[in-house]
Amino acid sequence: MGVLELKQGLSRHRGRVWSVCWHPKGTNLASCGEDKTIIIWGPEGPNWVTKMILTEGHSRTIRELTWSHCGNYIASASFDATTAVWDKKSGQFECNATLEGHENEVKSVSWSVSGQLLATCSRDKSVWVWEVNDDEYECAAVINAHLQDVKKVRWHPHEEVLASASYDNTARIFKEDAADNDWTCVATLSSHTSTVWSLSWDKSGGRIATCSDDKTVKIWREYKPGNETGITTPNNEPVWKCVCTLSGYHTRTIYDIDWCKTTGLLVTACGDDVIRVFKEDDDCDPHQPNFTMVCSMDSAHAQDVNCVQWNPAVPGQLASAGDDGLVKIWLYNE
Amino acid sequence: MVENLENINPKLYKKLDEREITTEEKDENIVDEFDAREVFDLIRNINDPEHPLTLEELNVVEQSLIKVDNKKNTVDVKFTPTIPHCSMATLIGLSIRVQLLRTLPARFKVTVEISPGTHVSEASLNKQLADKERVAAAIENSMLLGLLNQCLMPKN
Repeated sequence: MGVLELKQGLSRHRGRVWSVCWHPKGTNLASCGEDKTIIIWGPEGPNWVTKMILTEGHSRTIRELTWSHCGNYIASASFDATTAVWDKKSGQFECNATLEGHENEVKSVSWSVSGQLLATCSRDKSVWVWEVNDDEYECAAVINAHLQDVKKVRWHPHEEVLASASYDNTARIFKEDAADNDWTCVATLSSHTSTVWSLSWDKSGGRIATCSDDKTVKIWREYKPGNETGITTPNNEPVWKCVCTLSGYHTRTIYDIDWCKTTGLLVTACGDDVIRVFKEDDDCDPHQPNFTMVCSMDSAHAQDVNCVQWNPAVPGQLASAGDDGLVKIWLYNE
Repeated sequence: MVENLENINPKLYKKLDEREITTEEKDENIVDEFDAREVFDLIRNINDPEHPLTLEELNVVEQSLIKVDNKKNTVDVKFTPTIPHCSMATLIGLSIRVQLLRTLPARFKVTVEISPGTHVSEASLNKQLADKERVAAAIENSMLLGLLNQCLMPKN
């Protein structure tokens, strides 16, 4: 079994913290929540301290934030139905663009790897794709594929392919149709029996892990046209199949999942206050993989854990956010 | 208050007597664990959104439908809408949830559900009430918060 060692608990937010996000170089951490502020944390000697507090970008809860891959922008999604984009052209992070259009709460926001596209999703059931040109944001598509509240959007690690998770119990994959520049749903991942709260791509982009209110984690694998396994691909589109279900580990809703791009470890944030780490067994059949729980940190937070994210640059370093108002930094040791 | 009442003549139920304080409870050296009666006392006087009556008087909440587990930090409340197609059921469930969020210690995980078989949209209402993100968004909505506070305001 591995061990999750608490490095530091960061208390500065008032009320529930919904989301944390690492700077792509792993040198800073940003968090947001109910108090409508974004806090940027950074190391000072052995400790993490508040480097900046961003306020007045939103009039309601900030549900999620995400750092662009270049590290120069932060996008934040709010219950006030807007998405704010913050840049540090002036030396300080400032909100220089507010994206409007969703009818109600924006739940999630994600940057494509190129930084050219931004995706948002909302309780209004839609997913929006925004094109970025010289700090101007133009809506390129409004995708109405989901039947309910959309909880999460996440871009593919290398390609302009988007995945979303919803209250309608499904995750979906979207791609731009080269013929008419229309964004369409190319795959529906249905197997969960309740809300899909979050998802995470693996390093290659060939697999996705989803987590749900049904207390399970599922691993999905993409089968492209002409795959060796002989899985049929109607319309010449890749097919996604659930190849593994992790059940019996979580006792309440699983709010978040992150698949580490360096170590391959999976981490989950659960409503039972526990953070769990899973590792894929060596030498297992790629079409029937097996994951073993290697760590279960009881009372990781005093209340629900809302978000977990591996540091993209420091293997084993993990940040979490909880309803207890804390942001925590952990180190996973095998 | 709404003009056209859905359930014009609801059945009334007798209220429970006030809780008797035992000598053990008066003893500060003995830890009093939360029990169903205590949770019931927190929600029995919530006002019905339509009638000038409490949820207890309409039998929407009952002590026997409350489960408390102090070790596991769980509180499970089942409530019974007065009629199976009651459009106020979400608001009632939300008012119970918000009241317990405001009054119970944060360690408790609160579940509020419709008593099985008592509402036509039971599954979808339960799912909505269990979604803490939607509950959080709802109580940030000033119009809804106004309605909720009316339900939660104690009567003189």
